[in-house]
Amino acid sequence: MASLITCPHCGTRPKEEFSIRGTALTRPHPAASEEDWHRYVYLRDNPKGRYQEYWHHAAGCRRWLVVDRDNVTHDVFSVTDAAPARGASE
Amino acid sequence: MRYSAYSIIKQALSGNRLWTPAWREPEPKPHYDVIIVGGGGHGLSTAYYLAKEFGITNIAVLEKGYIGSGNVGRNTTIIRSNYLLEGNIPFYEFSLKLWEGLEQDFNYNAMVSQRGVMMLAHSDGQRDAYARRGNAMRMHGVDAEMLDRKQLQALMPYLNYDHARFPILAGLLQKRGGTVRHDAVAWGYARGADMRGVDIIQHCEVSAIRRDEQGRVTGVETNKGFIGCNKLALATAGHSSETARMAGLELPIETHVLQAFVSEGIKPVVDHVIVYGAGHFYISQSDKGGLVFGADIDYYSSYAQRGNLATVEHTMEEGVSLIPGLSRGKVLRAWGGVMDMSMDGSPIIDRTPIDNLYLNAGWCYGGFKATPASGFCFAHLIAKNESHHVSRFLRLDRFERGHMIDEAGKGPQPNIH
Ligand SMILES: Cc1cc2nc3c(=O)[nH]c(=O)nc-3n(C[C@H](O)[C@H](O)[C@H](O)COP(=O)(O)OP(=O)(O)OC[C@H]3O[C@@H](n4cnc5c(N)ncnc54)[C@H](O)[C@@H]3O)c2cc1C
Ligand SMILES: [Zn+2]
Repeated sequence: MASLITCPHCGTRPKEEFSIRGTALTRPHPAASEEDWHRYVYLRDNPKGRYQEYWHHAAGCRRWLVVDRDNVTHDVFSVTDAAPARGASE
Repeated sequence: MRYSAYSIIKQALSGNRLWTPAWREPEPKPHYDVIIVGGGGHGLSTAYYLAKEFGITNIAVLEKGYIGSGNVGRNTTIIRSNYLLEGNIPFYEFSLKLWEGLEQDFNYNAMVSQRGVMMLAHSDGQRDAYARRGNAMRMHGVDAEMLDRKQLQALMPYLNYDHARFPILAGLLQKRGGTVRHDAVAWGYARGADMRGVDIIQHCEVSAIRRDEQGRVTGVETNKGFIGCNKLALATAGHSSETARMAGLELPIETHVLQAFVSEGIKPVVDHVIVYGAGHFYISQSDKGGLVFGADIDYYSSYAQRGNLATVEHTMEEGVSLIPGLSRGKVLRAWGGVMDMSMDGSPIIDRTPIDNLYLNAGWCYGGFKATPASGFCFAHLIAKNESHHVSRFLRLDRFERGHMIDEAGKGPQPNIH
C-alpha cells in the first residue's frame, strides 16, 4: 500500500514521514520556450501503472527522493535519492 | 412507467411483482450522433439533458463497469454552492437550482435534502476569509449566513468548541446546501435518458479512439466492437488522462484516491453537513443513521479504488478532534474512488483541439454537487458547439492563458487542492 517506504538514507519508514510533490519531471532550462514551461508546470502524462514520483523525507533526512512504484497495485520498485538522477552532486 | 403515489399503491396491490426495469439493456448500434464515454453522474446527466433540452436522442452512453460503479456512487453526497470565485459561483449555483427541481424534473426520488452546509472557522484569519466568501456569494444572489460561537453552540452542541489549538470561532452556513442520495442520481438520470431513447450500454469499455486522416473522431473501439459517432464526449472522471490519451491529448490532471467512511447506524445527532476548517474533515448523517464522512486524499498518485491506512487514521483523528463523541462509534465500511485532480482545483467543460471531441474532466473532490449543471452545460456545448454562459470559464486552455480558477490559492499542485 506504499505505507512503508525504504529511504536510501534512513531505512524503512512510515509514509507519514514523507510529503509528496508529484511526478518526477525534469525541470526545463530557464531559457526554454513558454511552451516547454507550460508543459512542465501544468501538463501531466498521468499514466495508470508504473509511476515515478518525488517524495520528500520531511520528517527524516529531508532529502528529495524518487519513488518508483505502481499506482494500481501500490508495489514499490525502488527508492533513490533524487540528486544523482538530476546529475547534481549529493 | 411514471412513478407516483398512485403507482406505488397499484404495484403494492399486485404484490410488487409488476415493476418493470428502470432502463433497457440494449446492444450497441453501429453508429450514433453522440457517444458519451463514462456512465457516471456526469455522463448520464449529459445524455439526459441532450435528449430532453437539446433534442438529440441518438446517443449511447458507454460504461466500462455498471452505472454508478464510479465516483457517483462513492462520494459523500454533499451539495452546495458556497464558492468564492467568479468562474465558479454562478456555475455551482445553477447546479444547486437544478438540484432543487430535479426530482420533479426526472420523476425519481433522489432524496435531495437541503439540511444546510456549515463551514467552521478556527482562527480570526479564517473567519475573515469565510466572511469574504459569504459576501461574494450574496453578491451573486446565493444564500450565506455567518454564525457566531453562541449561535453555533445552540445549533450543534456536540462539537468541541474549546479545542486548545483549533477552537471554533464562527461558521459560514449555506442553508440550501445539503445531501442527495448519490446512486439514485445515477439511476434517475439513466432512466430519464433511456425513456427518451438513449442507449445505456454497460460493461462496454472504450480502448481506443479512431480518427480519420483529417484528425476527426470517427468512433471508438470497445470490447463490444467498433461503434461509430459524429461527436465523441468524454466524461470519465478519474480516468480522463487515460481516455484523452487515446486521442493524443495530455491534460492538466493527476489522478488521486479519496476515501470515504460510514459508521454504524446511530440515533439522529448530526443534523447538517459540517466541514471542519482546521482539517479537511466533513460529516453528515444519512437517513439510515450512519455517519458519512471523509477528509483528505492520500496525496500520492493512485488509480487504485482503495486507500492508505495512514489516511484512515488521519481522518479518524480529525473527526474525533471536532466531535469527541465519535470516538465511541464504530466504522462499518470504507472505500475509495479515483479522481481527476486538476492543476487549479477547478473542472474543465470544453471543446478540445480535435474538432468533434468534447471534454468533461478535472472534477477533483467536488463533482457530485456539479452533476446537474455539468450535464446541462456539457450537453449545451455538444449540441451548440459553444459554452453555456455559466461554464464559460471552465476552459481547457486557461492554464496556458493564465486564467486559473484557484479557489484555494494553492498553485499548480494538484494533490493539495
Ligand atoms: C470518496 C469520495 C467522496 C466525494 N465526495 C464528494 C462530495 O461530498 N461532494 C461532491 O460534490 N463531490 C464529491 N466527490 C467527487 C465526485 O464524486 C466526482 O467528482 C464525480 O462523481 C465525478 O463525476 P462522475 O459522477 O461522472 O464520475 P464517475 O461516476 O466516476 O463516472 C466516470 C465513469 O467513467 C467510466 N470509465 C472510465 N474509463 C472508461 C472507459 N475507457 N470506457 C468506458 N467507461 C469508462 C468509469 O467506469 C466511471 O463509471 C467525491 C469523490 C470521492 C471519490
Ligand atoms: Zn530519509
